[in-house]
Amino acid sequence: MTKLITDVVCPFCGTLCDDLEVVVSDDGKELLEVNNACAIGAEKFLHSQAKDRLTRPRMRNEDGSWREVSYDEAAEFTAQMLAKSKKPLMYGWSSTNCESQVVGSHVAELVGGQLDNTATVCHGSTLIAVQDVGVPSCTLGEIKNRADMVVFWGCNPAHAHPRHMSRYSLFPRGFFTAKGHRGRTAVVVDPRPTDSANLADIYLPVEQGRDYELLSALRVAFRNEQLPDVVAGISKEKIYEVAEKMKNARFGCIFFGMGVTHSLSNNHNIDIAIQVTRDLNEFTKWSIMPMRGHYNVTGAGEVWGWQFGFPFCVDLSRGFARYNPGESSSNDLLMREEIDSVFVLGSDPGAHFPFSSVKKMNALPCVVVDPHITPSTVVADLHVPVAFVGVEVGGCAYRMDSVPIESHKVVDAPEGMLTDEEFLKLVLARVKEIKGV
Amino acid sequence: MAEYIIKNGFVVDPTQGINCEKMDVAVKDGKIVDASEVMGAKVIDASGKLVMAGAVDVHSHSAGPKVNVGRNLRPEEKLNCYNPAKGAKRMEAGFSVPTAISSGYIFSRMGYGFAMEAAMPPLYARHTHEEMRDTPIVDEAALPVFGNNWFVMEYLKNNEIENTASYISWLLKVTKGYGIKCVNPGGSEAWGWGMNCLTIDDPVPFFDVTPKQIITGLIEANEYLRLPHSMHLHTNSLGEPGNYQITIDSLKCAEGIKADNDFGREQVLHHTHLQFHSYGGDSYSSKSFESRSKEVMDYFNSTDNLTFDIGQVTLDETTTMTADGPFEYHLSHMNNLKWVNKDVELETCAGVVPFIYNPNSFIGVAQWAIGLELALQCKDMTKCYLTSDAPNAGPLCRYPRVMKWLMSLKSRDEILDACKYGESVRRQCYIGEFDRELTLYELAQMNRQGAARMLGLSNMFGSLKPGMEGDVVVYPLNPESDLDDGEKIEHAFGNAEYFIKKGELIINDSEIISNGSKRTFWVNAGKELTPQVERDVSERFKKYYTVTRNNYEVKEHHYVPNEYMIEVNAA
Repeated sequence: MTKLITDVVCPFCGTLCDDLEVVVSDDGKELLEVNNACAIGAEKFLHSQAKDRLTRPRMRNEDGSWREVSYDEAAEFTAQMLAKSKKPLMYGWSSTNCESQVVGSHVAELVGGQLDNTATVCHGSTLIAVQDVGVPSCTLGEIKNRADMVVFWGCNPAHAHPRHMSRYSLFPRGFFTAKGHRGRTAVVVDPRPTDSANLADIYLPVEQGRDYELLSALRVAFRNEQLPDVVAGISKEKIYEVAEKMKNARFGCIFFGMGVTHSLSNNHNIDIAIQVTRDLNEFTKWSIMPMRGHYNVTGAGEVWGWQFGFPFCVDLSRGFARYNPGESSSNDLLMREEIDSVFVLGSDPGAHFPFSSVKKMNALPCVVVDPHITPSTVVADLHVPVAFVGVEVGGCAYRMDSVPIESHKVVDAPEGMLTDEEFLKLVLARVKEIKGV
Repeated sequence: MAEYIIKNGFVVDPTQGINCEKMDVAVKDGKIVDASEVMGAKVIDASGKLVMAGAVDVHSHSAGPKVNVGRNLRPEEKLNCYNPAKGAKRMEAGFSVPTAISSGYIFSRMGYGFAMEAAMPPLYARHTHEEMRDTPIVDEAALPVFGNNWFVMEYLKNNEIENTASYISWLLKVTKGYGIKCVNPGGSEAWGWGMNCLTIDDPVPFFDVTPKQIITGLIEANEYLRLPHSMHLHTNSLGEPGNYQITIDSLKCAEGIKADNDFGREQVLHHTHLQFHSYGGDSYSSKSFESRSKEVMDYFNSTDNLTFDIGQVTLDETTTMTADGPFEYHLSHMNNLKWVNKDVELETCAGVVPFIYNPNSFIGVAQWAIGLELALQCKDMTKCYLTSDAPNAGPLCRYPRVMKWLMSLKSRDEILDACKYGESVRRQCYIGEFDRELTLYELAQMNRQGAARMLGLSNMFGSLKPGMEGDVVVYPLNPESDLDDGEKIEHAFGNAEYFIKKGELIINDSEIISNGSKRTFWVNAGKELTPQVERDVSERFKKYYTVTRNNYEVKEHHYVPNEYMIEVNAA
């Protein structure tokens, strides 16, 4: 007999779908089927079943080969490395639960760590823009129930957040939106004709890196002022048309992605996108929302917010929390060689940081906590495989609209494996001993 | 557990009628006991000092999504407001929105043992509990918001009290909430379309129910469930000139309703941050704006089923945050600073805006005066509580300053004399008419005896009677010699010399030495879902929420690890 587990939360992207159904074997050890998930989410679950998975920590020998060590030895090595470091970088935290983030924060506090999460290379510029101008936003259910217009700017949910449009933003029927897709106008702004653009009622192929100009032009158009014939590759007639539709919408939302956060102008793009939304609230009701990537990158920002007061780039080396993106952000610290060890948990900087940063990681003592073998584990001195959060252990995660949802355990982890939280607790206890706290 | 005897201090405890008597207080097994019951207890010498029960905060915002938005929104707030870790004490940071860890320490230094987080969006209950879990020492609870909830509005449109109560009971259980909060009834739902409800008779768009129906219905549902706390109301038109009449109209909704509970609570309606709701005039211009605290307090003093807290403006830079979304939007237009809005599906909304209560402006000082006037006109201090609606009217750490103003006419006059518009404020407000100075006894009635009773916690907090929770605080204040010095009052109430929380020494010789064992309180009203509500909840989660019903409930295990559940027997 197999068992069907319902209401499962997907630990892949910031959409955090919580309606998955998973079929597991009777003994609860094997995961057989994943229903309702997108292709990426389903794969994340099924990947946990890989037969060749690592189940014990491994330490690198001097000749580059690996030897298996116990979790206790791994915790000892990690604690010693962190406690001896003057400025350890503690990076990642976006693919783990809030419980682990809380324990990790405590470790970082005791060792004077540099806490940073993956926002540093994705929506960090959004967080900075919010600190400049705020953000009018809402939960995804507000879009589902009220929105008659949605704008996807510099993002491609059809591929990156595959169920976003069907669950929340474009297709669903809600309380005041009984016509679903037919009652919504979709605008896509993107230099690339993406699969999301194919679904749009209006597609604006903005010139690469010219988002700021186009957003400015919208603000001009809202005020019925004069525009040049073409702005950022879009004709003024089109801009006036879109601006008019936005002003006349009943409830609208701008979703934006890394096309806006990481093109020229970075946080200034978001500043003005938020100002566009503020302007629109003079006429009707509008919100704006970042399309967060990792399923709990939002949670890392929330946890550090209540623990230290800052969402990323938290520098604890002076005994209190400081924040200065550009100075206290991971890549800047690595490039300036201010870091003397690296601890990675819940992300893969080896795959996403510039190669020059990864080379610095390679030269430093480095511990990577990750269920998978990744480019980061390749440069690690110690690789600690752990249970999959959201598959083999539950815990709280925050959706892209900051709604907290508790993920569930659906299968057992391979015998003897620790979770992120358990491993961090071992490290915390040992660090406390070393520091005499 | 260690035993303590606090010797020879000046004890103030209105519950026992003790007013600055020199006596000993003993703590054993986490409770207050008779001094004769402890042998070999650790002695704390409180000679020449003030000894009180732990204080109770009835309304502040220190945990939850909007509070965290405030923290992450304002890195500038941490530049000069940090406090490194020391021993067991962890890092602190922030001024108007301190970190969760810092909040616990601020409460402790002020001698507070219990604090109510006054607005919890149900969908974000997990977040609120995560923060409360990480707030050390102080016991906490949170009030879920109901005043713009789609279920509640639909039931109350048809005056279905039983269904409303059934839904409330269910929601308290699944969110681990404490009672019924109502913010800008109807107005926050209207804000979903960029609109508002300004009076208690403005119908809510689409739902076709009035704020008056919502207020009255929630009071009735509260008494139907016999909850420990009453309905907790933030009325429509907060902060608007001329709003005092709307306030009185809202208070009148409670007329004729009697409290029904087993917790010693007498009020059926608590009106929060009343200062923001006691304005006359028709604009913010200094020629028009005026105090109407006398009219509000005349009504209030004539009733016996209402309580209020003052929401005292502290003349600081702060961060406003409320589930009154339209008000925050309005506020952002007054100062053009950064604005955060967050609408929450089917339930509520919230806004966050930094704000400066400028002592060089007429309005700032008038607001400051009106808050104090309310307390100074109150006849029964067990029904009036000290708050700053922290951080809305001022940071939490300013409570001791408010105590100074309440207890010292000289300190109040110093503000009015120093301010550019002090004379206009004396003219257009009532502050200049009062020479009343609250006594320590009255202060203890406000923040201890009365506050604990209005929350339904008078069997645990607010007194040093044997059997009560072992929350005792020793302030460095000599009632015989220090009370004519406002600065000494302020310093003492912000810097407890000793603080025992639930029998454990937290502050020793002015230093925090333990993170305590904080608890989260919640109320299990025990009422089953009626078939109608069961069907509605089931259907709405399928159709309109973006989380499934099974994923909505906050499970105790790691969100409320140290819970204190209060079970209620509805009639």
